[in-house]
Amino acid sequence: MTSELILFFILAIVAVASAVGMLLSRNAVYAALYLILNFATVAVFYLMLSAAFISLVQVTVYAGAIMVLFLFVIMLLGAEHTGRLSESGWMFWTPIVLGAVLAVEALYIILRQWKAIPATQAAGSDFGAPAAVGLELFQNYLLPFEVTSVLLLVAMIGAILLARSKKA
Amino acid sequence: MGDPITAISLWLDGLLAGWGLAPALIIVIKALLGVGALATAVLLVDIFLVWVERKVVARFQDRLGPNRLGPFGLIQPFADVIKLLIKEDITPVGADRIVYNLAPIMALATVLLLWAVIPLAPTVVGTDVNVGVLYIVGVGALGTLGIIMAGWASNNKYALIGAFRTVAQMVSYEVPMVIALLVPVLLARSMGINSIVNAQDSYWFILVAPIAFLLTLITSIAELGRAPFDLVEAESEIVAGFHIEYTGMKFGLFYAGELLHALTLSGIVASLFLGGWRGPGAESFPLLGIVYFFAKAFFLYWVIMWVKYSLPRIRIDQMLNLNWKFLTPLSLVVLVVTALLDKALVGVQPWVYVLVLLAANLVIAWVTLQILRSRARKERQRVAEPRPIARPPAAPVSSQGA
Amino acid sequence: MLIEYLPIAILLVISTGLAALIVWIGNTFGPRRPTLRKSLPYESGMNPIGPGTRRMPVRFYLVAVLFILFDIEVVFFLPWAIVFRQLGLFGLIEMFVFIFILLVGYVYAWKKGALEWE
Repeated sequence: MTSELILFFILAIVAVASAVGMLLSRNAVYAALYLILNFATVAVFYLMLSAAFISLVQVTVYAGAIMVLFLFVIMLLGAEHTGRLSESGWMFWTPIVLGAVLAVEALYIILRQWKAIPATQAAGSDFGAPAAVGLELFQNYLLPFEVTSVLLLVAMIGAILLARSKKA
Repeated sequence: MGDPITAISLWLDGLLAGWGLAPALIIVIKALLGVGALATAVLLVDIFLVWVERKVVARFQDRLGPNRLGPFGLIQPFADVIKLLIKEDITPVGADRIVYNLAPIMALATVLLLWAVIPLAPTVVGTDVNVGVLYIVGVGALGTLGIIMAGWASNNKYALIGAFRTVAQMVSYEVPMVIALLVPVLLARSMGINSIVNAQDSYWFILVAPIAFLLTLITSIAELGRAPFDLVEAESEIVAGFHIEYTGMKFGLFYAGELLHALTLSGIVASLFLGGWRGPGAESFPLLGIVYFFAKAFFLYWVIMWVKYSLPRIRIDQMLNLNWKFLTPLSLVVLVVTALLDKALVGVQPWVYVLVLLAANLVIAWVTLQILRSRARKERQRVAEPRPIARPPAAPVSSQGA
Repeated sequence: MLIEYLPIAILLVISTGLAALIVWIGNTFGPRRPTLRKSLPYESGMNPIGPGTRRMPVRFYLVAVLFILFDIEVVFFLPWAIVFRQLGLFGLIEMFVFIFILLVGYVYAWKKGALEWE
């Protein structure tokens, strides 16, 4: 248990550091690469929670597919060096306010409801395995699954309309 | 005593326990030794691949290939490595140094990582995770990142265009590849590579899923960016693609990574469709399993080389058409038909199951070929329509004069 | 559970370390005689014109978006392929509904010419 805790804290430091690095880097490509590192550490967190399938989906879909799209867009636009954005006004204050709200929320939960958090239970041997995820997904969460396909359809149509509006 | 690997493992257990180490530490040390041996072996095979590549291309082109250094030129790749190591390491002006140096490391590491889940023999497998196929897809997706990083960091237009083409090709062909990989997953009812190999005890999956096998092989070649899919490094238009600015051993890493990637994908296809380490006597003598595995992998590797040196390069529009309009729908059809038949054939004799699925695959192949043929006929008619031909201008009618 | 992934972690460290070592050896043992001409980005012998990273055709964006959408749908296929025998006929039907909705998007993309390069 302790070795897992040590691993958790090392990874947590990496995750937070990469997230901060993503926010602070001036170069958009660097920001994207920090984000990939962040996604990878989050994938290991999933793995530590015995969710192997979700962990690899995280790597495949987020670190692989979505970040490839991000990098494509950054490079398509030639927007690597955005320079100093004007950091006045709402772009500066909104994240600070939202972050403060989140911090207060987290502190409240940690300080006031510490006892209410259920004790960790050992996961079953096949918990998080692809077969277990499949049974859960296709029996109990059937509607969300089918709605996902509609969502993807909408996304596809939207992307095609945006990218090909001139020709259509 | 047919299994030296298990014997060594047991011996190590005894030895380390004798030293008074904790059981957890023994597991870690054994994993360290095993993975270290695996990585060393794979990299040695990788160096050998340089020789195979040069020798085979020479034979395809009616040459002899390397034959001076050592018997059959076997020491040639080591000379190549030393040459690459002492070449000047040039970083182009304006390159992003960190990303530029990180990219070749990622290119090799992501390929090497794939070997963790490939079973070489019944007892020789890095780790048998139950999400093996998804692991292969995910690590492959990380490999594309190395290429896009290399192309961007080089500060070279051709490198960037090459990287964009490579990544566009790799991500496009990932779709039919994963759908085709679903067929063995569906047949074995597991995503673990070793479980899929174990499920092929009575018949190889190529018998029940020949189209999925071909689809996987074709998409593998596209993932590799090898001919006919080598528009990503077309030397006549974009010089060398994403690794144009890399010299010395950094280029060597990309080169070694590409060769090893080819063998890795061959090994994965061999495991999923050709029974992996399965062969007569492989269960009692696991070392024989390694021989079978590499024989199958190298056979597929040779097929990939055969394709590479026989076919001309395709254009980028043809590449995308082939993927989205042919391979993707075909892979979906194969998946749906396999699922339907598997459902319908519950509880029949294995040979009936194999025959019906094989017949279904043949029918799909025949229908596909008919559709292709009619499309090709239409295309030929369209192309063959008489086009305006340049003729000498008619002699000017002399209206004036006389 | 986590111990299964130990070899992967070790292999990650070994392969990254080894590749980094090779890059370092190349850096150390290779000669280093930079000249202005030599370190210019290669452009078939001409002096490079303009920056090396520039705007690229938007068609690549469409390829990447289509890939993401199909990739997410394919990820849903994976757990289904493992358990569809346990799910019975119902599992088959629900996946066919999913594939049908996917096909609607696919046909739309084809008709709109999103699958063409030009």
